[in-house]
Amino acid sequence: MTTAADLRGIGPVVSPSIAAVRRFGTLATASPAEDRKAEYRGLMRKWWFGAAVGLPTMVLSYPWLIPVVRDIFPRGSAQLWWLWVAMGAASLAVIVYSGNQFFSGAWEALKHRSANMHTLIAVGTGTAWAYSTVALLFPQLFPSADMTDVYYDVTVVVTALVVLGMALEVKARGRTSEAIEKLVGLQPKTARVLRNGVETEIPVDEVVVGDVVVVRPGGKVPVDGIVTDGTSAIDESMITGESMPVAKAPGDEIIGATINTTGSLRFRATKVGADTTLATIVRMVGDAQASRVPIQRIVDVVSAYFTPAVVILSILGFVVWYDFGPAPAFAYATIVAVTTLIIACPCALGMATPMSLTTGIGLAASHGILIRSGDALQAAKKIDTVVLDKTGTITVGKPTVTDVVPAEGFESDAVLKLAAAAERDSEHPLAAAIVESAAERQLTPPELSSFEAVPGHGIRARIGGRRLLVGKRPFLEAAGVKAEPLAAGAARLADEGKTPVFVAFDERLAGVIAIADPIKADSVAAIAALHRLGLRVVMITGDNRRTAAAIARRAGIQTVLAEVLPQDKAYEVRRLQLEGRVVAMVGDGINDAPALAQADVGFAIGTGTDVAIEASDITLITGSLHGVATAIGISRATMRNVYQNLFGAFVYNGLGLPVALGVLYPIAGVLLSPILAALAMSFSSVTVISNANRLKRFRLQEVAS
Amino acid sequence: MTLDQVVVTVAGFTLVAVVAWFFWLKPSQGVRAASTSDGYQEQLVLVRGGYTPDTIRVAAGKPVRLLFRRVETAACSERVVIPDFERSADLPTGVVVPIEFMPVEPGEHEFTCQMGMLRGRILVEAA
Repeated sequence: MTTAADLRGIGPVVSPSIAAVRRFGTLATASPAEDRKAEYRGLMRKWWFGAAVGLPTMVLSYPWLIPVVRDIFPRGSAQLWWLWVAMGAASLAVIVYSGNQFFSGAWEALKHRSANMHTLIAVGTGTAWAYSTVALLFPQLFPSADMTDVYYDVTVVVTALVVLGMALEVKARGRTSEAIEKLVGLQPKTARVLRNGVETEIPVDEVVVGDVVVVRPGGKVPVDGIVTDGTSAIDESMITGESMPVAKAPGDEIIGATINTTGSLRFRATKVGADTTLATIVRMVGDAQASRVPIQRIVDVVSAYFTPAVVILSILGFVVWYDFGPAPAFAYATIVAVTTLIIACPCALGMATPMSLTTGIGLAASHGILIRSGDALQAAKKIDTVVLDKTGTITVGKPTVTDVVPAEGFESDAVLKLAAAAERDSEHPLAAAIVESAAERQLTPPELSSFEAVPGHGIRARIGGRRLLVGKRPFLEAAGVKAEPLAAGAARLADEGKTPVFVAFDERLAGVIAIADPIKADSVAAIAALHRLGLRVVMITGDNRRTAAAIARRAGIQTVLAEVLPQDKAYEVRRLQLEGRVVAMVGDGINDAPALAQADVGFAIGTGTDVAIEASDITLITGSLHGVATAIGISRATMRNVYQNLFGAFVYNGLGLPVALGVLYPIAGVLLSPILAALAMSFSSVTVISNANRLKRFRLQEVAS
Repeated sequence: MTLDQVVVTVAGFTLVAVVAWFFWLKPSQGVRAASTSDGYQEQLVLVRGGYTPDTIRVAAGKPVRLLFRRVETAACSERVVIPDFERSADLPTGVVVPIEFMPVEPGEHEFTCQMGMLRGRILVEAA
């Protein structure tokens, strides 16, 4: 039994409560990046040693092929024998220095009764060395002299090449996880907080919830919080991908790791340590990168059997070549067995999907898109229909006054002032828009002498002795006010998807105020981008048909599901799915959580809260709809990359193994050299990673084109 | 067929059988995770070319804490993944990294390196 207490003395123990923190490196004693650098340097030293021994070994293994050397070391001479003994010793040194990880790795695996790449390389190079050494020391064991050639070059060059491949792999692998390391690097180390009225600089780990934090112009925001003093614009591009700085005033939320531009700010810390948005993002991206794409399960089954199967193939290859092959049968059989072991590359197979996934999810994160897992990524690739919630997704989500149309004899400010007076005490959602608009224009509404709300119709009030009516047209007409003069104008506003509110004062029509939830600035372009991706775009809303149609028209959407109650949104998504469609639902996650869950892929938009991240498959931290097209584009590109890699790995092994076994020999007389096999093997795993890295060149424009 | 060919053929097929038996038909009783005072089932897993132990038996319904300690620098094992419980962690060399999860139902789950080359199993038994 091992408990945490027993572990002291065998290495630093990380307490489980801070395990989450530990995982993204804040408390790490050694980061994976540093581990990798050390690993790379070590492997490169091994490669240079192997290469330095390998070059002369290759030349001197076949002295009879080289004019001058041929005369110094004639075949069968004593000096050649001694040369080969020296080569045997040198190649042993290469095995011990450059190739020891293959043997120790193979041994460790063997203890677990499993086999891996190390097993194949160790057995392959070891066999070549042992054969050569036996042939050199005990030639009498072999029936003919031409069987006693040595293959030390195979041992040395294969070891060197595979080590080089591993070094390149470590380097390229580092690049695939750059995205997350960049995120971790965003975290500022210190924070300036006000304690006892004094501004002190403290390590960011020591900031607690409730601290007042000071951010100077050009400074980094250390943790999440709410602005209490000052105004400024904040560059949030590193978290949200949004390139324009965002204005912040007291009461606004502020995200850690973003950069203050010109103003000075004070804010109260609300989330610190492992709870900050950045920490959540880093944790989530890390988990998603390590998750599995469903297709990986097939690969897992294959790779579980792969390595032992290769060993078996190589033994069978040996037997067949020994029984039926040309003379010297033993030498040929050995070469075939060794080549087979070396050319098989379980690595390419194993790395094919994880490498692409890591790169793709990291890429998405750098655009403010959090993809929850490999499942979400694979599902996003198949989407053919995108359902957009209207409020808060296509539109800003906050009704505002868009037009004020005064009747004859009234000023528009006067109309707004009157309406604001009536609506000030109302709880209607549209009332807030009117009151806010009046405040923005710095209008002071007059005092009311009486107030009465008629639910569903409007407000009846008095200013002094004069009557004020605010509400729907029939409400005013019922009170005897003629609304006719502005009826046409009101109808036009309604056609534009706006809600007209009539105002009458002193028994005369004063004007019409139009209120609408405006479409976000970039929604139209984003919806066009979705169309260009070949997706069917559907708008879903609780609005009446006329308003909904008007907004859809302006947003460029053909299909509208209007008058859908919030609780029925999930049902509408289900209906689309029953039509055989793969549906993405995009919403703000507030009242459409069931629909997000019902959809094949749920996108939560405009939020970085843990709750929304948990509830959705893909989270778009910015409020921009562009993220949907980008996310689908990245998913498609990533899955294409996965398939390319898997195809490459299967084809490589599928072609390489038969060739190594010598199927081409009876047909074309071609037999693969183990050295070429080593080259191919190293090249194949480096290719897989390089292809994954290619994903990083994905550009947003590709989504649009 | 000459005598040596017969010998090589018989030896070859025997070796194939040994390889298949050795790698594919391994017994696995595994190691039973120990209970700690805080109610966890805890097991230290050494990471070096494989996981030791590679089969861990736990009881359903009690939280599990696996303490991974990687003692090699080979990049292969730098991350451990438990897909069924949606857990994963980076394993810096020499640091003990805990991973916690809750096995609800009896069953068998894998933990692997990111490439799926190193494998271990978690056997969840009825409590």
